[in-house]
This record gives sequence, structure tokens and C-alpha cells, in this order.
Amino acid sequence: MSSLGNIIVKEIKELLTPATFIPIIIMALVFGTMGSTMGGIEEELEDKPVIGLMNIDNDELSNLTASIFEENADVIFVSDKQKGLEDLREKDGVALIIIKDNFTSNIHKGIPGEIEVYWIMKGAGVLDSISSTVVEGLIEIVNTNITTRLISVNDSLNVTTILNPTFRNETTYFKDQELHGLSPGEISGILSSQSTFIPIIIMMIILMSGGMVISSMALEKENKTLETLLTLPVKRTSIVAGKIIASALIGLILAVIYMIGLGYWMQSFQVSDGINLADYNLVLTGTDFLLIGISVFVTLIAALSLCMLLGTMAKNYKSAQTLTFPVTILALIPMFMIMFKDFDTMPVALKGLLFGIPFSHPMMAPRALLFDDYLLVIGGIIYVTIFSLIMISIAVWVFKTDRLLTGSTNKRLSTIFKKRF
Amino acid sequence: MPTVEVKNLVKNYGKAEAVRGISFSVEKGEIFGLIGPNAAGKTTTLRILSTLLTITSGSVKIMDYDLNEKPNEIRKIISYLPEDAGAYKNLTGRSYLEFIANFFNPSQKEKMIKKGIKIADLGERMKDRVDTYSKGMMRRLLVGRALMIDPKLAILDEPTSGLDVNNAQEIRKIIKNTAQEGTTVLLSSHNMLEVEYLCDKIALIDDGKIVEEGKPRDLIQKYNAKNIEEVFTKVVR
Repeated sequence: MSSLGNIIVKEIKELLTPATFIPIIIMALVFGTMGSTMGGIEEELEDKPVIGLMNIDNDELSNLTASIFEENADVIFVSDKQKGLEDLREKDGVALIIIKDNFTSNIHKGIPGEIEVYWIMKGAGVLDSISSTVVEGLIEIVNTNITTRLISVNDSLNVTTILNPTFRNETTYFKDQELHGLSPGEISGILSSQSTFIPIIIMMIILMSGGMVISSMALEKENKTLETLLTLPVKRTSIVAGKIIASALIGLILAVIYMIGLGYWMQSFQVSDGINLADYNLVLTGTDFLLIGISVFVTLIAALSLCMLLGTMAKNYKSAQTLTFPVTILALIPMFMIMFKDFDTMPVALKGLLFGIPFSHPMMAPRALLFDDYLLVIGGIIYVTIFSLIMISIAVWVFKTDRLLTGSTNKRLSTIFKKRF
Repeated sequence: MPTVEVKNLVKNYGKAEAVRGISFSVEKGEIFGLIGPNAAGKTTTLRILSTLLTITSGSVKIMDYDLNEKPNEIRKIISYLPEDAGAYKNLTGRSYLEFIANFFNPSQKEKMIKKGIKIADLGERMKDRVDTYSKGMMRRLLVGRALMIDPKLAILDEPTSGLDVNNAQEIRKIIKNTAQEGTTVLLSSHNMLEVEYLCDKIALIDDGKIVEEGKPRDLIQKYNAKNIEEVFTKVVR
């Protein structure tokens, strides 16, 4: 074998380890699952939007408007607003459009015709708002067509009315809230700051603190201090807890800084584009901030206990860097999912995946609390706490076996849980 | 009552048998040496006695505490110095000794640190960070750490490994003095001169089994050898 070949074979043998492949295999499986469910979302988006239509005017221009909607959307004709909204909710509709009385005559008089739009907003993610954007596009097509009609009949109207023949009176229903004067686009715009920045900040906190724990374990091994530590009169649980608590305290400081920043951030967008969110009761209370803090803290503990477990596999500081990879992936997946879709509007499989990843919960908590979804937040806190306890128990078990020093355990299952230490 | 009593100790790593039914005992204040070729099972035996590894079968008693039953009690009375041990690099020599002393009786803390500083004998360098120490200085600090707590049993794996002649001699003296003060010492070494000089009793271990045991002088006589090195080569072929 040539020298080059010799080196290549040696390098391949060194790199062909479970630690190299397991994270990639897990990531491939997760992305595969996400891809198949995302494919379902795309199919859903290719469908025509379902809208309800109530043509009270029933005249020349309103009929033109209705025909445009009919061509480009699945229209449910309704005669009663409440009944129409109920039907739309059942049929996963996007909006109820009411063409008001005197729509045609007003336009011909130079007064913009009124279109009432009752939006049924399902989520504030990027993908959630696509349907409403399509309907907003249809309303623009309506305007263009009416303008064309007015010009073609040489209507002697003022230019402003010809160019803007209709105006929208909008109400959006979102997470049991009735928001007058706001479109889904405006709400998404305000909430997009949360969809983008909060998950990124949470991800950074998790990665920073998680990295600390993994590195701490790796350094114990690399600096050959672990063996001495394990022979000192200190319980294994104390070693695990000590490392987790120390990193959690640092993480907590990071979380407090984060909460202060979040507080200012929320204040800054409570009055946004002339829209005061407090008018819509969309503000976080002291209890909400406390719940967010708890959610961040328990998630931090979960991340650290998972990292502690990963850290036990680290051979040295270099291998510790590789071991942060699964944590990074687990933090990135919910971050992107939350940016694109609301938890409520996700397919069940993605909901399960998102809920199962402990890092998702503090990312979802602020928006959930803004819309009083306490069940999701408190349920998340309970789940993440249980997850943490399981991870800590496994880490302590690893500390009690030979695995930490030898990389394997020869203890029989019957003796694994025997309380010897 | 012996300080250490090992009976039919077996340790398997999966299918590999590292220690295959060894038995020995070490009396109070005795320096007992485990010698043998590489991979003979010396370090595994010391790690088991240090509560780092679990036992596959057999029994180990240290000061009447069963290793399987009371590992936490055993950790209070032993001190283990691994062959390639290190210290926390961001601590100074003194703060490292303080960190270790904090795990023991608080009323003895200052006494322990004083003793550790005395054994390490690093002078002003005790105030420096550990990552600035030479290998010899590090080993002295670690020997100080291991012996400052006045353990009932000091388990020393290759205590002078990698040290120059002067440093090695110093550490041997410290070990000898410690044993004279009542600490039982169990050590392993590849250095036959060291074993002959230090140990009251030795066990030759090969392929996981004790193949010979006794006082160095008796073994030299038995094998009609000039020194322990010759005994070693005659026993372990």
C-alpha cells in the first residue's frame, strides 16, 4: 500500500466511529420526517383558498367582484355572517368577505365601495399567512378589474376612486381573539419579531450552557482529573448535580439577561405601526413572564442534563465539540419550525416532534401566553421537567458504572439499579 | 485485621478477563507492591480498590468495609493517585489542595493543606497556576494531594512515573515516611529498584493472576537472584 493509501486507511478507521455517524443518522431521520410532513403542507397550500362570500349589494360591480372570487377560490355563499363564519371554520376557510350594500352605486358616485373582511387566522408563522396573502391578492385583482371597468365605460370619476375603488373594513379572528382593524399580515408582522428573534436567543443560551457542560466533562477526562474526582468522598449524584447546577446558574444569568431584553423588546412592539397591542389585550403579564422564566430555566436544566450525558461520551475536548452537534440540531429544528408554522396549525406528526423536543417550549411560550394558551406552556414545563429528571437519572447511572472510564459497562441489568452508591 | 483483604477478585471487560481470581492482603503500615508486565491487570486491580471500577466477582474489604456495600465509606479513608493524573489547570497549586481538602473533615482542612504544601514542597510556586508546572512539579503536587489527607490506604499507580532521578527519589522518601506514620500503601510500578527499595511485600501479577508473592528479600533468595528484576524475569517469562 502506498504512503498516501496508508494514511487514508488510517484516517478512515479513526473517523468511522459511532460518535461520527449516530448524530448524522438521527438528523437524517428527523429531516426525513420533517420533509414528508412539510410536503403535506405544500400540497395544502397549492389548494385554492376557501372563502365565504356574502354579496349584499348584488349589483354590477359587486357581481364582478364575486365572479373574480369564484374563479380563484373555493367560494361558499352565505347569507348570515355568524353562520358563515362557523361554516368557514369547519371547512378550514380563510376569510368571510361581505360586499356591502350600495357597493356599486357608491363607486359610481366616487365613494370607494366597502368590502368587509373577516379573517380566520390560524397561525402567525410564515407558512400560515400564505392563504390570507392569496386572498389579499384576489382583492387587489378585484380593484384592478373594477378600475379597468370604470375606465372602459368612461366613467367621469375622480382618479383616486378609479385607482382605489374599494376599501377594506377588516376584522381578524386569531386564537379566540377578535382583532378589529387588523389584517393577518399586520398581526404576523408584529409577531414575526418573536418568531425570529426569541428562538434564536433561546437557541444561543442552550448552546452556550450546553457547551459548557460537555466541555467540563471532556476537560475532566483530558486533564486526567476525573479519576481523582471519582475516588473522593462525594456521591455521584453530587458530581452530576454540581456540574449541572453550576452551568445552570451561569445559564440562569443568561436567562435573566434574556428576560430583561425580552421585556424591553415586548414594550417596543406593543405600539407598532400605530397599532397598540395593549388595546387588543395582547400583553404579557407578570405571571406570563414568570412562566416564561420557569420554562427557560427547566429547558436549560434539560439541555444541561442531556449535555452531561453526552459529555460522559467525550474522550477529550476535541471530541466534545462533535458532541454538541446533536444539541445544536435539537435547538435548530424547533427554531425553524416555529418561524414557519404556528404549533396549532402544524400536522399532528410535527406537533408531536415539536412538543417532544424540550428546547421548543420556551421558544413557543411567549406567543402562547400572549394568546392565553396556558395549557401548552404549563404542559411544556411539566414535560421538560420530567425529561430533565430522566436525563439526570441516566447520567447518574452512567457515573455509577464503568462506562465513564472504560466506555462500556459489564454490569448486569439486575444490578444496574441496585443502590450501592 | 488487615487493611486490605482481596479474595478471588475477578474483573471482566466484556469477554476479556483482566483480573482472574487474585487474592492478597495488606497489613497496616505495610507498603505492598503490585508488579507485572504491561496489561497484567495491575491498574485494573488498583482502580477496583479505588472504587472506580465494579467487581465482576470476588470480594474486597478495606478496613472492614466491603467495597460493594460501602464504597462511600471507603472513599473517606483511601487516596488514589492514578498513573497519569492531572489537576485543574486554572487553579493554583494551593487552591487545588483546598478544593480537595473541602471534601474531607472541615476541622482538618487547614492541617491537610499545610501537609499537602509541605509534601509538594513547591515553595512560592504553590501560588502559581497548575498549568505553569513542569511534570515533576505536577507529580509532587499530586502526591501531596494524595497523602495530605492521612489516608488509611494510599493507592499509588506508578508514583514516580516519568520523573527524573531526583524527583523520583524525593517521592520515594515521602512514601516511605508516610508508611512509617501508619498509612498503608498499595502501589504498582515497573521500576524494580523502586519496588525493592520501597516495598515490604510484593505480588507479581501476570495475565490477571498473582504468580508469586512475598517479601522482596525472601523472593530474591527463593529464586537465587541478584535482585527483584531478576526474580521478575524468572517468574514472568
